[in-house]
Amino acid sequence: MNAFSHPAAVAPTIGYASDERALIPPAVKPRKTGTRRRLALGRAIPFGALVGPALLLVVWSIGSVAGLIDPRTLPAPWSVVGTAVDLIAEGKLQGHLMTSAWRAAQGLVFGVLIGTVLALISGLSRLGEAIIDGPVQIKRAIPTLALIPLLMLWFGIGEGMKVTTIALAVLIPIYIQTHSSLRSIDSRYVELAQTLRMGYGEFIREVILPGALPGFFLGLRFAVTYAWLSLVVVEQVNATSGIGYMIDLARNYGQTDIVIVGLVLYALLGLASDGIVSFFQERSLSWRRTLAD
Amino acid sequence: MASHLGGLSGAPVVRVESLIRSFGPRTILDGLSLDIDKGEFVALLGRSGSGKSTLLRALADLDDKVSGSGRLETPDKKSVVFQDARLLPWKRVLENVILGLDLPDAAKRGRAALEEVGLGGRENAWPVELSGGEQQRVALARSLVRDPELLLADEPFGALDALTRLRMHDLLRQLCARHQPAVLLVTHDVDEAVTLADRVLVLDKGGIVADIAIDIPTPRDHGDRRFGEIRSELLRHLGVETKPVLPV
Ligand SMILES: Nc1ncnc2c1ncn2[C@@H]1O[C@H](COP(=O)(O)OP(=O)(O)OP(=O)(O)O)[C@@H](O)[C@H]1O
Ligand SMILES: [Mg+2]
Repeated sequence: MNAFSHPAAVAPTIGYASDERALIPPAVKPRKTGTRRRLALGRAIPFGALVGPALLLVVWSIGSVAGLIDPRTLPAPWSVVGTAVDLIAEGKLQGHLMTSAWRAAQGLVFGVLIGTVLALISGLSRLGEAIIDGPVQIKRAIPTLALIPLLMLWFGIGEGMKVTTIALAVLIPIYIQTHSSLRSIDSRYVELAQTLRMGYGEFIREVILPGALPGFFLGLRFAVTYAWLSLVVVEQVNATSGIGYMIDLARNYGQTDIVIVGLVLYALLGLASDGIVSFFQERSLSWRRTLAD
Repeated sequence: MASHLGGLSGAPVVRVESLIRSFGPRTILDGLSLDIDKGEFVALLGRSGSGKSTLLRALADLDDKVSGSGRLETPDKKSVVFQDARLLPWKRVLENVILGLDLPDAAKRGRAALEEVGLGGRENAWPVELSGGEQQRVALARSLVRDPELLLADEPFGALDALTRLRMHDLLRQLCARHQPAVLLVTHDVDEAVTLADRVLVLDKGGIVADIAIDIPTPRDHGDRRFGEIRSELLRHLGVETKPVLPV
């Protein structure tokens, strides 16, 4: 207790920054004239992003202990953890996880490759745009998930259908963002390349591709989200393995704890993959980051 | 400084004859002719909209979308400095300088060029980390590292503050003395033109209406009597009437 109250009590005398002062109830602190009010948000809270989830976890635990939450609706956190441990011990969780991750990865790779190539062809030539852009826009207007029945007729219900669905969902944001950032490269740079007598290949490599990279990464972040989204759907439509299948099976038997384990897994996968993408994004766009911070 | 007429080799490096350039119905350059000698520093003045940039872009082969005719001879080795430094933001300073330079010792030359413009040690900076004047110096280095026979510059100091601009004048003068390119400098600043150039042209109504050799020894003093006379004459050609600086 003492450790907690200490900094707040000392704060005014040694002039702590505003965020610490905010701990003191306003009534105690007389408003002094000449105190500079900062409009900015102040210092970032360390691990601030974890505060909200931790709070949720606390509420959940208290609710479970106090018996306020029916375990059939929402099992206690520790029993979810216990279930997860059991599933891992049986080797089931890893199996489903691998299957799901493999599907998402394949769909992502194909979708990103195809989307990028299409964006390059359509972004770098008028003819390419005439041929490619229309169909992509039409595809974009049809929700990918609405295509599942057709894809099932074409590809059956196996892995091919699942990977195709994911790839189709992924290629749209990649195409849109890469294409638009290709096309919005400043014409002044094109002029520059011309006066420097760059060859076409060099122009593409030094000017066009780096210039389109911010758009590509933006598309990639959307793409990762779309990949997980479509994965969830294809795995619940028809599957005999994968996290979605595990959840669906658990639903049939009323095993809420396994459903929760699956959802947490989806969340972790989504967060982790977004983190990986933004890590590479920051590294490759460091020339821009210097402006941002 | 009229010595360029005889001092250097006779053949001009730039030869423009009956150049016509128009945008739609508006003819901007109307039968313009112009020669620039090897190593000659020419400044081009003209009202806004008179076609200075149009001429410079024609010389830089940047006007393939503009309709026109005429004879145009320029050397292959030419560089352009734009009003904005036009550095690729995703390339570090040194990479920007040697962009498109296909030589085995490109990096070494690039470093030397940066050294020359006073930016030695900033090779690995990103363009956004440089001030406007520093960026423009990188652009100068990028032009000079190619050893151009012709340097085309369109208001290269237009965006800089007065003090930085004066520094850049000194720098440009030194660099030109060392590398000896022919220069066509477009500017709206009469003093800048008279300070730097061997010859000052005024562009108006599609043609060159004044061609004045600057016969003042360098370094040139703005307060100099002859400087004032030339300035008045140029301003008259530009349609600005001034009282004589000194009684004649
Ligand atoms: N791409 C274009 N399309 C149509 N008109 C143009 C184009 N570029 C230039 N012009 C016109 O040609 C004329 C000459 O333009 P230019 O840019 O050469 O002028 P300038 O002498 O460089 O002027 P400033 O000193 O303001 O830069 C202007 O009237 C301008 O409106
Ligand atoms: Mg201009």
